[in-house]
Amino acid sequence: MSDHELRVSKIRDGTVLDHLPGGSALHVLALLGIDGSEGTGVSVAMNVPSDRMGTKDVVKVEERELSQAEVDVLSLIAPRATVNIVQEYAVIEKKRVERPESVAGVLACPNSSCITNADEPVTTRFDVLDDGLRCSYCEEIIREGIADHLDVG
Amino acid sequence: MRQDHLVAAGQLSRADVERVLDRAAEFDAALGSGESLPARYPETVLALCFYEPSTRTKMSFETAMKRLGGDVVDMGSVDASSVKKGESLADTVRVIEGYGDGIVLRHPREGAARMASEFVDVPVVNAGDGAGQHPSQTLLDLYTIREAAGLDDLTIGIVGDLKYGRTVHSLATALTEFDAHMHFVSPESLRLPRSVRFDLHEAGAQVREHTELDDVLPELDVLYVTRIQRERFPDEDEYQKVAGEFQIDGDTLDAAGDDLTVMHPLPRVDEIAPEIDDTDYANYFEQAHNGVPVRMALLDLLLSNHE
Repeated sequence: MSDHELRVSKIRDGTVLDHLPGGSALHVLALLGIDGSEGTGVSVAMNVPSDRMGTKDVVKVEERELSQAEVDVLSLIAPRATVNIVQEYAVIEKKRVERPESVAGVLACPNSSCITNADEPVTTRFDVLDDGLRCSYCEEIIREGIADHLDVG
Repeated sequence: MRQDHLVAAGQLSRADVERVLDRAAEFDAALGSGESLPARYPETVLALCFYEPSTRTKMSFETAMKRLGGDVVDMGSVDASSVKKGESLADTVRVIEGYGDGIVLRHPREGAARMASEFVDVPVVNAGDGAGQHPSQTLLDLYTIREAAGLDDLTIGIVGDLKYGRTVHSLATALTEFDAHMHFVSPESLRLPRSVRFDLHEAGAQVREHTELDDVLPELDVLYVTRIQRERFPDEDEYQKVAGEFQIDGDTLDAAGDDLTVMHPLPRVDEIAPEIDDTDYANYFEQAHNGVPVRMALLDLLLSNHE
């Protein structure tokens, strides 16, 4: 383990999210619906040097093992993320994020005239394209600034 | 057509379109002959929910349902309904589902019909969702084009408000199922939206964009003119910059081929001069009349699926 990763200590049980783009950690936590209210430990290191990425963020979430479906949502803002599931200080499973076919309930549609922005009992849903997202309701396409449209918690 | 609902033109395959148009031609011939049609749906009630004004779409759906032997219930104006009390669309359609065997919905928000279709079990037809889609208009447009010029090896110019024009979005998407060369003519600020552009690109459509109609008019089989929709502009100044940009009159059409067909989803304001009405080019009133047999065919297919 490099000195850089020792900026935050090892965790006993939980999930380590590595190779997140520098500065994205808070968006990642928002996407995962983690705000600290669970009462379990969350460690965040932002903009640490990375040979592969220049700078990266690392997030360690204690006492929670993220599912493949949960980590796949991260592909929207952290496509190169690596996910390690830890038990008794040992990595027992490594996951890579994969682009899901669609994501629901994590983004607001940027089209103010979309029905999902009216006061209706409907969850936003986006189809995932090769280079962006498309609202399943109004068909608006988002290519840039996906994190700006996060609407979670 | 296998779908339970019609919310966007992208649902329609070429076979779906041809099936509706062929059925529409049968109804058209029967209506034209003056023979009385058998009441195919005597117990059927169609619910009309129009949150935006409509003349042609609403009346032609009503006529179509009645010609099929059924009846309609009409929510009436939004001001006189529970919408005024703050009822959500999701609640409204769930209530109306209990009154009608199908719902025709026009709403100012994009995606409204798709959302409504997720809350009810009866067929929902999108009769216009904001600046989104208007797929039943597309079916009657395609019927009109097929009658006038044929749908394959077609060269069509679509002019006017391409950004907010829902009839344009649906028509362009549907034409990707046919061998059509599409020319889009608009001011820079009213070009096709990114979502439609994406669909055309994905479909490998033959598309060119222009800011001047003269560039392309002589090549066209069909000229599809649309109104610059004042009500869709967020800013009056933006509207004024482009209002009246494309006005078709006798002089404009001097450069057109003799067989050109001029269409317009109507209503028009000043896009087509009245002097065109009596020429062989004009096909927009015929186009509006086609709404009845085409919507009869659409209802017939959706309702028979649902039986």
